[in-house]
Amino acid sequence: MSYLDEGHTIKSWLTSTDHKRIAILYAISISVFFFVGGAAATLIRLELATPAGDLVSHDTYNRLFTAHGVIMVWLFLIPSIPSVFGNFLLPLMIGAKDLAFPRLNLLSWYLYVAGGVLVLCALAAGGVDTGWTFYTPYSTMFSNGYVVLTLFGVFVTGFSSILTGLNFIVTVHHLRMPGMGWFRLPLFIWAIYATSLILVLATPVLAMTTLLLVAERLWHIGVFDPALGGDPILFQHLFWFYSHPAVYIMVLPAMGVASEIIPCFARQRIFGYRFMAYAILGIASIGFLVWGHHMFVSGQSMAASMVFSLLSFLVAIPSAIKVFNWTATLYKGSLRFEAPMLYALGFVGLFMIGGLTGLFLASLALDVHLTDTYFVVSHFHYIMVGGTVMAYFGALHFWWPKVTGKLVPDLWARIAAVLIFLGFNFTFFPQYLLGVAGMPRRYHQYPPQFQVLHLLSSAGAVVLAIGYLLPLFYLAWSLRYGQRASANPWDARGLEWETSSPPPTHNFTHPPQLPERVYDYDPTSPRAVAQ
Amino acid sequence: MSAVTMSEQGEAPRLGMWVFLASEFLFFGGLLLAYVYARSHWPEGFAQAGSHTHVVLGTLNTALLLTSSAVIAVAVACAEDYRRWSRRLLWVTFVLGLAFLAVKGLEYWKEWGEHLVPGPDFALHAPGAELFFLLYFLLTGVHTVHMLAGLVVVGTLAGRGAREATHVEVGALYWHFVDIVWIFLYPLLYLVGRAS
Amino acid sequence: MNSTLAEASSIARSTDLLFGAMLLLCGVMAIGICFVLLFFCIRYRAGNRKVDRGVVGRKLGVELTWTLVPLALFIVIFTWAAHDFSELYRPPADALPISVEAKQWMWKLQHRNGKREINELHVPLGQPVKLVMSSQDAIHSFFVPAFRIKQDVVPGRYTTLWFTATQLGEFPLFCSEYCGSSHSQMIGRIVVLAPADFGRWLQAGTSQPSLAQYGYARFRQLGCSGCHAAGSTVHAPALEGLLGRTVHLQDGRTLVADENYIRDSILLPQKDVVAGFAPVMPSFAGQVSEEDIQGLVAWIRSTGGPQGAPR
Repeated sequence: MSYLDEGHTIKSWLTSTDHKRIAILYAISISVFFFVGGAAATLIRLELATPAGDLVSHDTYNRLFTAHGVIMVWLFLIPSIPSVFGNFLLPLMIGAKDLAFPRLNLLSWYLYVAGGVLVLCALAAGGVDTGWTFYTPYSTMFSNGYVVLTLFGVFVTGFSSILTGLNFIVTVHHLRMPGMGWFRLPLFIWAIYATSLILVLATPVLAMTTLLLVAERLWHIGVFDPALGGDPILFQHLFWFYSHPAVYIMVLPAMGVASEIIPCFARQRIFGYRFMAYAILGIASIGFLVWGHHMFVSGQSMAASMVFSLLSFLVAIPSAIKVFNWTATLYKGSLRFEAPMLYALGFVGLFMIGGLTGLFLASLALDVHLTDTYFVVSHFHYIMVGGTVMAYFGALHFWWPKVTGKLVPDLWARIAAVLIFLGFNFTFFPQYLLGVAGMPRRYHQYPPQFQVLHLLSSAGAVVLAIGYLLPLFYLAWSLRYGQRASANPWDARGLEWETSSPPPTHNFTHPPQLPERVYDYDPTSPRAVAQ
Repeated sequence: MSAVTMSEQGEAPRLGMWVFLASEFLFFGGLLLAYVYARSHWPEGFAQAGSHTHVVLGTLNTALLLTSSAVIAVAVACAEDYRRWSRRLLWVTFVLGLAFLAVKGLEYWKEWGEHLVPGPDFALHAPGAELFFLLYFLLTGVHTVHMLAGLVVVGTLAGRGAREATHVEVGALYWHFVDIVWIFLYPLLYLVGRAS
Repeated sequence: MNSTLAEASSIARSTDLLFGAMLLLCGVMAIGICFVLLFFCIRYRAGNRKVDRGVVGRKLGVELTWTLVPLALFIVIFTWAAHDFSELYRPPADALPISVEAKQWMWKLQHRNGKREINELHVPLGQPVKLVMSSQDAIHSFFVPAFRIKQDVVPGRYTTLWFTATQLGEFPLFCSEYCGSSHSQMIGRIVVLAPADFGRWLQAGTSQPSLAQYGYARFRQLGCSGCHAAGSTVHAPALEGLLGRTVHLQDGRTLVADENYIRDSILLPQKDVVAGFAPVMPSFAGQVSEEDIQGLVAWIRSTGGPQGAPR
């Protein structure tokens, strides 16, 4: 009996401690937030189609981009791959029955939903206009939005992050099946493990920072506001100490997903497995030391800027290694191009562009010109949307048969993948050009010389929106009418494919067989070569 | 849980607690950083405000907490072979924790009467003094929340009779952490202001 | 960058050169990887029977190469960019000082002779200009794309920015740090005039006292002169020629007196007490406006001293 048949009542879902059911609870809730955040983005792009502020007022516009940022960062991107696929796959991939602390896992979901609802309440009450970065003293002294309520929501979701990370770390350490050493772990597990370390160590700093911010806003006592004797730059240091590693919370799991999909569809062992694992740890640890690169023009000292710049270049090395290794994995393989592979290849391309433009921003003299312009906006969307969201959709298509027991209609899935890839580039590439031309970010109206590029970007957003809506339909369709999936429809390696689709409640009816080596693919096998 | 061997049953909660404490460490670390920064910015205000804290009550609380840590350490040592003693010692820890909170409550009440709570009728005028008390209430408040959680943990362990020795150990780990946080707060909040 | 945007300052050319080099390097890398990726995709597609396949083992040499070569390249770029960046911290000694005050949502600028402007800044061609900036409320950022410069304007302290305009004309000025409702309307322009025109413009219609004169007047009105003037009975440091001078402090530190030091000494006099003096000065926080501080700084600057120190 599969985990899906364990109970059909709503209560059986809301009280389940099964990691697979909790993963589905996460999937549903983050999808809701994805479409709320996406709606805000749609309005932003519509407003920016013309230079004048004619669609919404200043204050509404400011609330829209804040809502977009807050929802997408904390309620979609951070929980996306870890909480959905990490939850579903981590025990399966290491041959365990569940996470180490199943009830804690359910609690994490409730905390996440509670935080999300608080943020939605703040939006419904009138919203916040500080931007997702909540820079002081604007957020403590001048903003007239619901700063405290929003931050409280973020604070609560932070607990969810910490508990999820803690659960994953302990699970990886203690519940690996006998004989499964660290260097036999799939790279997805490595990525989730490194992400969990960041979740556990960075999130408390955010929690503490929000406490101080709220105290200053409520009691008007200066921690950050210079008029009261505080230091606004201190806030930026504390905020980015969390928020830069948070970028890696978003992108490391995406790298893990690509490292699962690419070998499977290339029928080839991942190139440089150990380098890939070390690169993940390298990114996670150096990622803690580069926060100051958000502050090159903030007034921090020149020496500090130089150190942060150098470290930012260093963190690019392991990222570059990963791109090279994914490419090299294709060499002498036997490649098929079903939808998950298209998403994974799209991820590699977009992540590469996002990463290379990151080097422009790490270069001190260039950053002076480019920071706080659309160049930055485009850069982080390439990483977070081009990277993370592409990989999230790749994971969704790759593991959909395992999760639901149904196959995805591949033609539609490929159409959506191509649409998302093209729409994404149409939307965001013009924004690089806008940034180079000096268009500042967070502008409700803008000088007319920027209109052509803004219009292109808005037009691209339409394509992108269609691309994101398509899967909603064909995935729902497949749930009812899709072909039944076998245990291993992609002929993939990895323990999650050793059990039935969908898996039984306790994951494995027989103890799985640990394969000879991780990613044990062979491109010369007759099945691999046949078209 | 059948795939989990007996040794792992104890190991997982222990590692879980260590990871959690690492997270907590960064939380309090950040707050203490803010304190150190603010103190270097307003040395006089902090010195003046620091001398208004109730050092006797603070010292009494330090003694209570240190004793409770010692008691719970013995409870851990007894957990395997002398269960009944372990349970009694956990109750002693619980009572010491309650006493700490009572003293803390008395202290807050006195401070409220002396207008040391940040707000419009705050008593001190040196710049930075109000910030000191804001941080004082933030730090001790967050610490108190942790104490309450600790009391729930210790109370549960004592009430249920601590079936697993490792559960006592993990609970004690948390209790020690809350104690250690106080060991940092005590000199920073009560002693430094009186040094000169 | 120069096809879309004027190169109107002395550093614009070198910034664009760096940008071009980066574009070339990253472009070659991106196109190279995409080409290899597509080539593999076509050549090793499952249906292709005329190709040799096989498991690829570890290739340590390859991996080390593509770790170390980018590392070397990155260090070169870092050094180049950091070198250009450090220029921004070295205003020439003869730079023309202009004070900038940002507030929601406008730029207020004042020249040395007291002439004021709002959302518009006139500067002479070919002469270095140094902006001393502070904010009254939130953080703002002074951004002139045509000059390739940007600097956050932070409340409670001074930040500085310098440039030499190299092209006549008008260039947009943006606020690039989000500062509230009308952030997108906090824009203005920089007008670059020939030096002679600038001189005429500067003299036209000024009846206010110069900023330094204003500062000196405040120096007397606020009672600073009671202690700091030569011959006063209270023992206080002389302020003439202070800017840019090295100061030895009570606690053993030394620092170079810059605008922020003067600002802090007025608002937080106990912070950096000069060696040999008693910490008796009261704080003037709440009694002096931003403009007063700017004026006092301008007056101290007008009294000479080394000045052109890096900030």
